[in-house]
Amino acid sequence: MGFLLWLAFSSAHASWTVNMAPGATEVSRSVFDLHMTIFWICVVIGVVVFGAMFWSMIVHRRSTGQQPAHFHESTTVEILWTVVPLLILVLMAIPATKTLIDIYDNSESGLDVQVTGYQWKWHYKYLGQDVEFFSNLTTPSEQINNRAEKGEHYLLEVDQPLVVPVGTKVRFLITSADVIHSWWVPALAVKKDAIPGFVNESWTRIDEPGFYRGQCTELCGKDHGFMPVVVEAKSKEDFSAWLAERKQTAAAEKELTSKEWTLDELLARGEKAYTTNCAACHQPTGEGLPPMFPALKGSAIATGPAEGHIGIVVNGKPGTAMAAFGKQLSEVDLAAIITYERNAWGNKVGDLVTPQDILAFKQAQE
Amino acid sequence: MNESLSTRRLVTRLLLVVVAMFAFGFALVPIYEVMCQAFGINGKTAGAYGGTQAVDEQRQVRVQFLATNAAGMSWEFRPQADEVTVHPGASTQMLFVAHNPTGQPMTAQAIPSVAPSKAAAYFHKTECFCFTQQVLQPGERIEMPVRFIVDRDLPADVQHLTLAYTLFDITARKPPVAQVSR
Amino acid sequence: MSAVIDSHQGQAHSDHHHGPAKGLMRWVLTTNHKDIGTLYLWFSFAMFLLGGSMAMVIRAELFQPGLQIVQPEFFNQMTTMHGLIMVFGAVMPAFVGLANWMIPLMIGAPDMALPRMNNFSFWLLPAAFTLLVSTLFSEGGGPNFGWTFYAPLSTTYAPESVTFFIFAVHLMGISSIMGAINVIATILNLRAPGMTLMKMPLFVWTWLITAFLLIAVMPVLAGCVTMMLMDVHFGTSFFSAAGGGDPVLFQHVFWFFGHPEVYIMILPAFGAVSSIIPAFARKPLFGYTSMVYATASIAFLSFIVWAHHMFTVGIPLTGELFFMYATMLIAVPTGVKVFNWASTMWQGSMTFETPMLFSVAFVILFTIGGFSGLMLAIAPADFQYHDTYFVVAHFHYVLVPGAIFGIFASAYYWLPKWTGHMYDETLAKLHFWMSFIGMNLAFFPMHFVGLAGMPRRIPDYNMMFANFNMVSSIGAFMFGATQLLFLFIVIKCIRGGQPAAAKPWDGAEGLEWTVPSPAPYHTFQTPPDVK
Repeated sequence: MGFLLWLAFSSAHASWTVNMAPGATEVSRSVFDLHMTIFWICVVIGVVVFGAMFWSMIVHRRSTGQQPAHFHESTTVEILWTVVPLLILVLMAIPATKTLIDIYDNSESGLDVQVTGYQWKWHYKYLGQDVEFFSNLTTPSEQINNRAEKGEHYLLEVDQPLVVPVGTKVRFLITSADVIHSWWVPALAVKKDAIPGFVNESWTRIDEPGFYRGQCTELCGKDHGFMPVVVEAKSKEDFSAWLAERKQTAAAEKELTSKEWTLDELLARGEKAYTTNCAACHQPTGEGLPPMFPALKGSAIATGPAEGHIGIVVNGKPGTAMAAFGKQLSEVDLAAIITYERNAWGNKVGDLVTPQDILAFKQAQE
Repeated sequence: MNESLSTRRLVTRLLLVVVAMFAFGFALVPIYEVMCQAFGINGKTAGAYGGTQAVDEQRQVRVQFLATNAAGMSWEFRPQADEVTVHPGASTQMLFVAHNPTGQPMTAQAIPSVAPSKAAAYFHKTECFCFTQQVLQPGERIEMPVRFIVDRDLPADVQHLTLAYTLFDITARKPPVAQVSR
Repeated sequence: MSAVIDSHQGQAHSDHHHGPAKGLMRWVLTTNHKDIGTLYLWFSFAMFLLGGSMAMVIRAELFQPGLQIVQPEFFNQMTTMHGLIMVFGAVMPAFVGLANWMIPLMIGAPDMALPRMNNFSFWLLPAAFTLLVSTLFSEGGGPNFGWTFYAPLSTTYAPESVTFFIFAVHLMGISSIMGAINVIATILNLRAPGMTLMKMPLFVWTWLITAFLLIAVMPVLAGCVTMMLMDVHFGTSFFSAAGGGDPVLFQHVFWFFGHPEVYIMILPAFGAVSSIIPAFARKPLFGYTSMVYATASIAFLSFIVWAHHMFTVGIPLTGELFFMYATMLIAVPTGVKVFNWASTMWQGSMTFETPMLFSVAFVILFTIGGFSGLMLAIAPADFQYHDTYFVVAHFHYVLVPGAIFGIFASAYYWLPKWTGHMYDETLAKLHFWMSFIGMNLAFFPMHFVGLAGMPRRIPDYNMMFANFNMVSSIGAFMFGATQLLFLFIVIKCIRGGQPAAAKPWDGAEGLEWTVPSPAPYHTFQTPPDVK
C-alpha cells in the first residue's frame, strides 16, 4: 500500500480533485450551483435515510434481545413519503428549468464558429472570416508509450487551439463528417454531439482570457481518447490581431507552394505532417493496422507511380476509412507527406513529389 | 373437433396479428416523417413547400449557409454567400457551387439541416438541390439553387437561422448512369 | 459438476416416480425447471467471470496513464464486450435462472408452464455467446463500438464482425422473449389454489412485471439491430444521413429498449431483497401493496424517459424539459421502495447472515446510485456529466450492488434449498466484505474523475485523473479476485456441509420452504393449499 501511495504521489501533476470546477462562464457557474444544490439535497436525504437504517441495524438486532414488532403498513406514512419527495423534486426542477432555458438562448452572437468532428481531430471554421483549420493532438507518441516523461497537458494539447474573444457571445455550429463525436469543454459547460448530416447549436461567453481544455466525449472509434478540444480565449484586441495574422499566414502558406523544395526539406516536413495526420491509422512504423488500415510500408501504392499515390491521398478511397485529404491539407503538406511515405520505412522510391506536382494534379482534375 | 376448430381460430388470429404488426412496421415510416416534420426534431426540414406568404417588412432574419463535405467526399462545395438577410415571408434564392475534381463521374446527395432546431419547422424550401441526387461528370462544375421562405410565424426570439448542408458521396450506392445530355 | 448434483439429488428423488436422466444428455434435453435454473445460473456465472476478466483488462490498462497493456483498438473491444456480456450474459440469465428455480416453488407449481421452450431458450444462450465471443478472434476484431453500438460507428464504420454481433443479439433476444413468455404463462396459469395475485411473493411480482417489460422491449432491440443489418448489407439508410436516414433515430430506438432494459436488470433484485430483508428482520415486509404499485409505476415510467440518455444530441427545449421531469419522477416510486425496506428493518429483530448483508448493502448502495441518477436527470447538469466517468460510476452503482448483490443475496438465501447444505458462513461473510470494499473502492472514485472531466471509454488519460484511477483499479482487482472465492464457496456447499433444514432461516416465509432441502426433482405435483 505504501508503494502504491508513493506511486500515486510521485507523479508530478497528479491530483485528488473530487468535484466539478465552477468554470469560466455564467452558464458554467449556474450549472455548477445547480449541481451543488442537487448534491446537498441528496446528501441530506441520504443522511436521514441511512441514519435511520444504521440506527435500526445497531439497536434492532436479535443479539440485543429485541422482539420484532408486527406493523406492516401505514397509509398515512406511505402517502407522506410519496408526497414529500414529490415536493422536493418540484423544488429541484425550478432552478433546473431556469438554467436550461438560459442555455437555450437564441440571441444574436458576435462570432460564429463551425465545429466539425473528424476521426480523430476537430476542424474549426470562422464563418464569414475565411479562416479555417484542423486542430490535432500534439502529444508525442513517446509520451503515450511511456518512453518519455508526460507533460502537464498530456493528451489535452493541440497544434492549433480554437481562439475566441472574451466577453463575446460565440456561437458554435457543431456537425461531423463521419461518425458521431461530442464537443466538450468542461469549463464552458458546453457539450454537444457532432452528428453527421445534422447541425447542432451551442454557445458560450467567456469571462477571462486563458486556455480551456476538454475532450471528445462520444465514442468515435480507435482514437476517441486522443482528440482533445482546446479553446484559447483572448482579449478582443488580441483576438482581432490573431485573426489578421491567421489570414496572413494562410497567404504565406500559399507562397510556400511555389518554393523549390529539396528532398531533405520535404522529408523533414513530411515526417511531422505524417505523424499528425496519418500515423493514427497507418502507424508511425508505416505498418498500419490491417485489415481496416492497410500498411504503407512496401505497399503497391506507396512504391508505385507517384500519380496513383497522389490520387489516393488527395481524393481518398470511397467506402473505406481513407479520407480525401486534398481539401484538408495544404499542397506543401500533401507533397511532404507523399514524399515521406515513398521514402520512409524502407520504401526507397527515391523520387520527390513537389507542391507544384500536387497543384498540377489538382488542376488536371479541374 | 371443437378443440381443433378453436386452435384453427387461434392460429388465424395470431396470423392476423403478425400481419398487422408487419404492416405497422411499414406504417411507422410515414408516422416518423410526420412526427419529425411536425416537431422539427433534429432540425429535419420538410419537403418541398407549395404555399406563398405575405412578406413581413418589419422584421429581418439573418440566414446563414454552411456547406460541409462528409469524410471521403472530394468535391468542392460551397454557398455563393455566407449569409443573407431576409424578411419573413419573402422568397429568396441562394446558389451553391459544386465541382467534381476527380477523374470519375460521381453521385452526391446533400442533406439539409437547420439550427436552431426549433426553427426548422418555420423554414420552407420551395426548391432545393437536396431533393434530388446530383451527378457530376469528371471536372464538371454546377451551380445548384435553393429557394426558401422563412415563415412569418417564426418565434420572435429567433433572429438568426443556419441552413447547413452536408454533401455525401453515394456513388457506390447509386452509380451514375452514363450521361447523354445534361 | 453434473456428477456432483446427480449424487445428492439421487437421494432426494427416490420417492418419486422418475428422476433425472443420467449423464450429459440430462442437461441437454432437460425440461425440468430446477435443472434449467441450474444451467442458467452456472452459465451466467461463467459469463460473469468472462466479462469480469475483460473488466480486469480495462482496469489494468487504466491503472496508470499511458498505453501499457493493450492498444486503443483492443481496449474498445474490451469495453464493448464487457458491457454486452455483463448485461446479456451475466445479469439477465442469472435472474432467469432464479426465476426458473424459484417461481414454481414460490407459487406452488410443478414446473414452468412451457418446459420445452424453457430448454430451448436456455440453449440459445451458449450459442449466442459463442458467436459473440468468437468475433474477438476474427480479422478486424470484435465489436468495438461500445455496448450501446451507436450508428454510424456500428454500421458504416464497423468491423466486419458486426454481422455476427447482430446475429448474437437476435439469439439473445429470442431467448429472453421466450423466457419472459414462460414466466408470464407460469405465473398467470399455474398458481396454487388460493394464491391470489396479491398474495404472491414480491419476487414473483417483480418478475411478472419484468417479463412484460422484456416482451415489450426486446423486439425493439431486435428491430434496431435488424435495421443495422439492412444498412450494413442491403443498402438501406435507416441510420445513415447520406441516404436521408437519421443517426439519432438509432439512439431513440436503442434507448427505447435500453431504458426499460436497466429496470429489467434491477426489478427482480428488488423482489428478491423484499423477501430476504423481512426474513432476517423477522418482521413482515412493510407496505406490500405499495411495493407492487411502485414496481408497476417504475416499469411504466421506464418507457417515457429514454431520451435522458440523449440530452446532448440536440433535443428541442420542450423535449428536454419533458424527459427531465419524467426522469425525476422515477425517484418517487424508487424512494417508496427504499423507505419500505428501511421500515421493514425498523424495530425488527435483525441478524446479519450473508444474504442479509448483501441485501442491506443493496439498499444503501443502490440508493447512492439512485442519487447520482437523480443528479443525471437534471438536464443542464447532465451536459457536464454526460458520457463521463460520473455516468460509469452511476450505472455501476446501480448494477453491481443492485443487480449483482441482489443475485448474491438470492444465491446465499436459496443455496440451502438448492443443495441441501448450508454454505460456509465465515467464508461467505469474507466474500461479502471483500466484495463490498472492493466494489466501493473501484466505483466510488469514478464519481470524482468524472466530475473532474474524464470522458468514458478512453484508454488513456491526463495525469490529473491518475490517482483515483489507480485506486479504482486496485478496488476492481480486489472485487474481481473475490469472485473466485464465491465459486469456491458454492462448490464447497454443493459437495457437502452442514445439512440444511427444509426452512433454514427461522424468519423466512413462503411455499419454497415447505418442501425438503434439497428440493426434490419434482415438487408440488399436487398443488398445495394457500390460505
